[in-house]
Amino acid sequence: AEAAELRARLRAVRHTVLVLSGKGGVGKSTFSALLAHGLAADETKQVALLDIDICGPSIPKIMGLEGEQVHQSGSGWSPVYVEENLGVMSVGFLLSSPDDAVIWRGPKKNGLIKQFLRDVDWGEVDYLIVDTPPGTSDEHLSIVQYLSATHIDGAVIVTTPQEVSLQDVRKEINFCRKVKLPIIGVVENMSGFVCPKCKNESQIFPPTTGGAEKMCQNLNVSLLGKVPLDPQIGKSCDRGQSFLAEAPESPATLSYRNIIQRIQEYCEQHHIQEEKIM
Amino acid sequence: TLAERTSLAGVRHILLVLSGKGGVGKSTISTELALALRNAGKRVGILDVDLCGPSIPRMLRVQDSAVHQCDSGWVPVFVGQDKAIALMSIGFLLERPDDAVVWRGPKKNALIKQFVTDVAWGDLDFLIVDTPPGTSDEHISTVEALRPYRLLGAVLVTTPQ
Repeated sequence: AEAAELRARLRAVRHTVLVLSGKGGVGKSTFSALLAHGLAADETKQVALLDIDICGPSIPKIMGLEGEQVHQSGSGWSPVYVEENLGVMSVGFLLSSPDDAVIWRGPKKNGLIKQFLRDVDWGEVDYLIVDTPPGTSDEHLSIVQYLSATHIDGAVIVTTPQEVSLQDVRKEINFCRKVKLPIIGVVENMSGFVCPKCKNESQIFPPTTGGAEKMCQNLNVSLLGKVPLDPQIGKSCDRGQSFLAEAPESPATLSYRNIIQRIQEYCEQHHIQEEKIM
Repeated sequence: TLAERTSLAGVRHILLVLSGKGGVGKSTISTELALALRNAGKRVGILDVDLCGPSIPRMLRVQDSAVHQCDSGWVPVFVGQDKAIALMSIGFLLERPDDAVVWRGPKKNALIKQFVTDVAWGDLDFLIVDTPPGTSDEHISTVEALRPYRLLGAVLVTTPQ
């Protein structure tokens, strides 16, 4: 009965993308937010951004929605809308104060994630983007399990170039394979830094073992793109503004846009293949 | 007795390295802190309770090591220039380094308890406990398991943004 409830709620979701990493602090939430903004630039598309990082929800701040609360209606919880076609849900909206720690064990976290999927009235959605915490634990197992009620197009895995990140990301790739979650591809963040003054390029996080490129070759996954470090990215996130809108000329923006396009193409292609099968 | 030499009965100070946020340098700081204390002549151990993303073994170049059993439990891997820093991490228990540890909370909690009570830590001046990001199972279990012992306190790591 529960599965049927979830299926009913998620029936109107066309595409679902999970944003994962084994590693923390590599830019999952940043990427999820920009993916959402990028897709919502097409006003004919309805985009939903679901933040299932229960302990460290970054999405409200990055989307400029700190302090917002969730409203209930007859048809369920209402997402918080950034734009008419971009709705957001996060545990951040349920806290009385932004510094409140959510100190929950796995089962309680799973319960909230289920509620997010079952009780939020997302409406008709073209793209559901799910931002996750680092790791391969309760949240990840649960989201894959609950979303089997609908269909997940795939996972985008985020990393940075250094081996300490890659070693966790390889685990994440193995997690995806274990739970039969298709991998759309890998994004390498913080990939080089170009000084705005002297234009010299530095490797702040040197790819001592070949970076995401080598890892993707070895594991036969797609490298969706590399995004350079740009201090404006962090600033935009802190201020809740879309980096793509604030710095349209940045090489990082160009990279992000290319990656977003590749993800869109992957999802659309998938859809065509599925329709052919049906 | 051998039994007394497992668990943390012989550890003088226990230090937790925490952050809410991932990727800010907890494992890096834990490692550097351990090396610096060792350099200052202290007896040091590191307990890595990041079960999904254990970084400490690679940072100390022992990612290919395995742990051994003794009569009363596990023997930590000894690292550092003089092989005098005791290290325990789930990294040493994996069959392959890329194996994902896809465990729900209860299984993680059980292993953390074992890391505290079933490892031959011996006599240490400092045990540094490296944690994963968040405020969840690992953190609750670690604090609970450490309650009977001398917890010095927590160092919190962040970045500026």
